[in-house]
Amino acid sequence: MKITTKEVEYVAKLARLKLTEQEKELFTQQLDSILDYMGKLSELDTEKVPPTFHVLPLKNVMREDEVKDSHLQKEMMSNAPERDDNFFSVPKIID
Amino acid sequence: MNYETVIGLEIHAQVLTISKIFCNCSTGFGAVPNSQTCPVCLGYPGVLPVLNRKVVEFAVKAALVINCRINKECRFARKNYFYPDLPKAYQISQYEAPLAEHGFIEIFTNEHEKRIGITRLHMEEDAGKLVHAEGYVSSNKSYVDFNRTGVPLIEIVSEPDLGSPQEARDYLQKLRNILQYLEVCDGNMEEGSLRCDANVSIRPAGSQNLGTKTELKNLNSFRFIQKALEYEVQRQSALIEAGGEVVQETRLWDPEQNKTVSMRSKEEAHDYRYFPDPDLVPLAIDPEWVETIRSTLPELPEAKITRFVQQYQIPRYDAEVLSVTRSLADYYEECAALFPKPKIVSNWMMGEILRELKNRNIDITECPLNPKALAGLLKMMDQGIISSKIAKCVFDEMFTTGKSAEQIVQQKGLTQISNEEELEEIIDRVLAENPVVIEEVKKGKNKALGFLVGQVMKLTSGKANPALVNKILKKKL
Repeated sequence: MKITTKEVEYVAKLARLKLTEQEKELFTQQLDSILDYMGKLSELDTEKVPPTFHVLPLKNVMREDEVKDSHLQKEMMSNAPERDDNFFSVPKIID
Repeated sequence: MNYETVIGLEIHAQVLTISKIFCNCSTGFGAVPNSQTCPVCLGYPGVLPVLNRKVVEFAVKAALVINCRINKECRFARKNYFYPDLPKAYQISQYEAPLAEHGFIEIFTNEHEKRIGITRLHMEEDAGKLVHAEGYVSSNKSYVDFNRTGVPLIEIVSEPDLGSPQEARDYLQKLRNILQYLEVCDGNMEEGSLRCDANVSIRPAGSQNLGTKTELKNLNSFRFIQKALEYEVQRQSALIEAGGEVVQETRLWDPEQNKTVSMRSKEEAHDYRYFPDPDLVPLAIDPEWVETIRSTLPELPEAKITRFVQQYQIPRYDAEVLSVTRSLADYYEECAALFPKPKIVSNWMMGEILRELKNRNIDITECPLNPKALAGLLKMMDQGIISSKIAKCVFDEMFTTGKSAEQIVQQKGLTQISNEEELEEIIDRVLAENPVVIEEVKKGKNKALGFLVGQVMKLTSGKANPALVNKILKKKL
């Protein structure tokens, strides 16, 4: 086994997913077989191969510092599940 | 046991662009909540962020001045976590390949110069603002304003080279000063354009191993930083002395209770799962661009201080005070050019000008007296048209009314009396009224002479030329 149920629980917690015991077991198996399959790559010697950080052969894509008002506030907020006046509204956050 | 303190600072500085780092929304402060948002900064599906060139320019500028090495290639990474002020559920930052690394700055603490290492400087976007003011937000809600989301920041991380709260404060002050000089950041800690987190630990003096650190947040003024660090060093050593252990955690400075408190909600270990952002292509900064930016760097505080000492022959202390901001230094130079007695200009600026600015809580750029007006006043004093005492009154009047020294002196008839005949007449009157004092002067009591001078000043409303009064008095007695 490349992955344990404990790790699945940890990843689920980070992703805010609530899993049933059955799902935990299912995902442990599935993730394990995925990692097992990917493990084939480790058979290659990649010592001298630079990591692929990006798939496009592009560099330095930049824009000028200009303001363009989107005037999209209404539209932006129309998708919010909850809002109040000009604010997005969320359950109380206490630090 | 003797302990030594180990402090490292992480500084976030908002760079002065007019638009956000990855979209064209305005960065203006104080706008209607959520009016400066768009699909890019709110992280709608399918949008593409595009890097603001000016952010890179500002970051390179800062990196050069803090002696960092600019990496040939840098990348943006996603820092993943859930929080309501972060609409995408990740912050675009830099992780493995930051813009610049391995720098340093020199600080002066208690007259000792010390080199503080800089680990890295990277670019990132700011998060939104949460509002939970009581009475404004209903009790079970928090409000979110995303105007700040995507505002460009540079983060500067120091090595754990700071050995005391005072050094930490001096380091921050120096860095802030540099960023302001570069016009990269306005340095306003109250509005949050400059923020500071501190990592602090203690260890037995001389030990090479680092102790367990705590991270301090909410240090939004120089005073808080020093007080919070002092408190934390005390807390940690008391804990260890009592046989306890320091727990690695994030603590908040509570300015009302004057202590740091554990931030329990963030206690769980953070696992940000950084990975390269596939929406942003790598950045390979052209060395020629770096050289162009280098050629635009202004004279920095340290160089200015050295030059002021040489060029104007003023004490280092004066030069330091006058170089605190670029505008103050420019004011000084302009005034010293019009009235070429640099030490007198320096005295008046450090005394009267800075005092009045502080009283009114304004900046030198808002000073009602321009350098020409101050030079005008100093000239009148220097030429003996008014006494230095009167000059201070005229100064106050200039500050409130904005009138020139010439105008005020003329209107109020404050011109110094340097006419010997006129003065003799007044002095004779004073002498006639004070025969007893005259006897005392003759017995050699200097204090008595001072009294007579004072009487003359009183009769002339301070306008008599004091040197002349002394001379005439001595002659007559």
